[in-house]
Amino acid sequence: MLKRVHFEPSLLPYLLVLPQIVITIVFFVWPASQALYQSLLVEDAFGLSTQFVWFENFEELFADPHYWDAFQRTFLFSFLVAALSMASALLLAAMADRVIKGSGFYRTMLIWPYAVAPAAAGALWFFIFDPTLGVMPYILQFFGYEWNHKIYGNEAMALVIFSAAWKQIAYNFLFFLAGLQSIPKSLIEAAAIDGAGPGRRFWTIIFPLVSPTTFFLLVVNVVYAFFETFGIIDALTSGGPANATQILVYKVYNDGFVGLDLGGSAAQSVILMGIVIGLTVVQFRFVEKKVSYQ
Amino acid sequence: MSIMKKLVVPATLAALACSTAIANAATEIHWWHAMGGTNGDRVNKIADDFNKSQSEYKVIPTFKGNYTETMTSAIAAFRAKKQPHIVQVFEVGTATMMAAKGAVYPVEQMMNDAGESFDKSDYLPAVISYYQTSGGELLSMPFNSSTPVLWYNKDAFKKAGIESAPATWAEMKEASDKLRAAGYKCGFSFGWQSWVMAENFSAWHNIPMGTKENGFAGIDTEFSFNNDAVKMHWSNLAAWTKDGTFVYGGRRGDSLPMFINQECGMWMNSSAYYGSIKSQAKFEFGQSMLPYYKDIIEKPQNSIIGGATLWVLKGQDKGDYKGVAKFMSYMASPEVQAWWHQETGYVPITKAAYELSKKQGFYESNPGTDTAIKQLSLNTPTPASRGIRFGNFVQIRDVINEEMEAIWSGDKTAAEGLAAAQERGNALLRKFEKANK
Repeated sequence: MLKRVHFEPSLLPYLLVLPQIVITIVFFVWPASQALYQSLLVEDAFGLSTQFVWFENFEELFADPHYWDAFQRTFLFSFLVAALSMASALLLAAMADRVIKGSGFYRTMLIWPYAVAPAAAGALWFFIFDPTLGVMPYILQFFGYEWNHKIYGNEAMALVIFSAAWKQIAYNFLFFLAGLQSIPKSLIEAAAIDGAGPGRRFWTIIFPLVSPTTFFLLVVNVVYAFFETFGIIDALTSGGPANATQILVYKVYNDGFVGLDLGGSAAQSVILMGIVIGLTVVQFRFVEKKVSYQ
Repeated sequence: MSIMKKLVVPATLAALACSTAIANAATEIHWWHAMGGTNGDRVNKIADDFNKSQSEYKVIPTFKGNYTETMTSAIAAFRAKKQPHIVQVFEVGTATMMAAKGAVYPVEQMMNDAGESFDKSDYLPAVISYYQTSGGELLSMPFNSSTPVLWYNKDAFKKAGIESAPATWAEMKEASDKLRAAGYKCGFSFGWQSWVMAENFSAWHNIPMGTKENGFAGIDTEFSFNNDAVKMHWSNLAAWTKDGTFVYGGRRGDSLPMFINQECGMWMNSSAYYGSIKSQAKFEFGQSMLPYYKDIIEKPQNSIIGGATLWVLKGQDKGDYKGVAKFMSYMASPEVQAWWHQETGYVPITKAAYELSKKQGFYESNPGTDTAIKQLSLNTPTPASRGIRFGNFVQIRDVINEEMEAIWSGDKTAAEGLAAAQERGNALLRKFEKANK
């Protein structure tokens, strides 16, 4: 009886995974293959004249120094956003972990910014830092500093990095706090009895033990900085001034939807797709193995 | 509210069901536009009034976001064969629309096919010349057109002892120095910088932006704006950023608050900011014509327009276009145009509307509001001043904006930035030529 159940071909499992497969095909495989095909075409905006040009769009991209600039900029941006938001989140989590009174309140307040939509966060920072209307440039003026991120690329970059990192602190905080709380208290107490101070205890015990969380967050944060910061950049700087804040995903949008260069934009998104696949492989192949799980 | 919804929604649904049941009670004409806020209400009023004036057709305006978004969604809709009848496209999209011969129904041809009377000589040449083929056929119907003017703060001028609005760039510098001496943070600022400081600057001095009559005569055009006149002007602007004569405040209209807050005494941007400035400024303001360089040209030529036109898309039922033609005639009628012009600061598109506004005494009670139209029709447009028609110009304008920003921040000299803008612009022109063979 048991054997028959095992070997009888049944439609049921296929039916059960069918919705997932359909969703994957409709929302991922199909558009991705469309992008792949489009990246080999040169086409006018209305799709009235189409030419198949093989890899010309890619050749053009790689010959374009502005594209390489955007690449470099994206890596710098992602690294700084990940580093800044993770470091601040870890610091806050380590402190919130020690708070005894009112910890619920602190935690809620620290998690709150995560609920803000990227575009809304962008609008918020837009008003705070607006060179003419904003509060921050007004304060900075007292220190003799003329803030104008509409002209100065470095200031614009700093601004988008801060706002993107700020937005992600809450998410990182949540994971770090959970990581910290899962560390057995006995380990820390033993170290304390052996005479290790709070700093030493953090670096030799706590930090290594939260490293799985740290690496997970690193990948999540890099992906976030690569793709989900679009709303913030669009609201704050629109990629300007002089392209100073145009990261790869913003360039895809700008070339495709503003400039109507569909082939070039598709080629860029194919490259981005390659990067995500690469990041995922790195996460599963190398990072997950090297991190010490208890 | 919820009760309202409960009552209204079924009622509307029922009404909809009825209207489809009776069928062709009124042919629907879809109009996608980019006019948000108050101007959106005005667009709705125009459509409503038209719908009330007859019962055969019903124009349904839909707001689709800013200019770029509206154009992109119309193109996407066309690819999906769900395009509207009419779409509002900004002037920089003109070459892209023109090249799409299979998608666009030239307005002049449509009016003739529909048997609607249409006389091009009723329209202001400076306005329609931008949207004509080199053979003279009108492709799209001008709707909201404006041109950059010099806005100035009359109170600040009085305080600084400046007698009249500067007419030349030498006087601009002088006035700026006086303003700064009187305690103002900056002399002037401007928005839509490629439009104002490259495109209009060239037309105003009768210098071509590119070969082939600024692109009107063929898509194998090349840029020529990297010339001595523009170089000299941009070098001046770059030097003036150092002492605050000119302070940059961002793209499009982002620098408007600097004028409203009285940081800068002068501002150069579209005449269509009239409504915004009027409602926000807590000072007396005026508008006058753009400044020019006496050593480049003795008398300025004419400025070019910006704004948007209404394009008719192909692929609808033949009968629908009769309604589209009727609506175009209505929209261009003197009463509608004069009202639209006086409310918004856009220029009227017909001579009759201009005359009507004069007759109504609008310019007397609102001095300066005819600056734009006077500036546009200062002289008969030449090949260098009737407009520009470059493919991929949305992207090219971005390139020009980027290079200008790099100059203002001191990262590049004017000569370097200008050369880079021309080179990168030409690459995009060739790309457009390739895609539209």
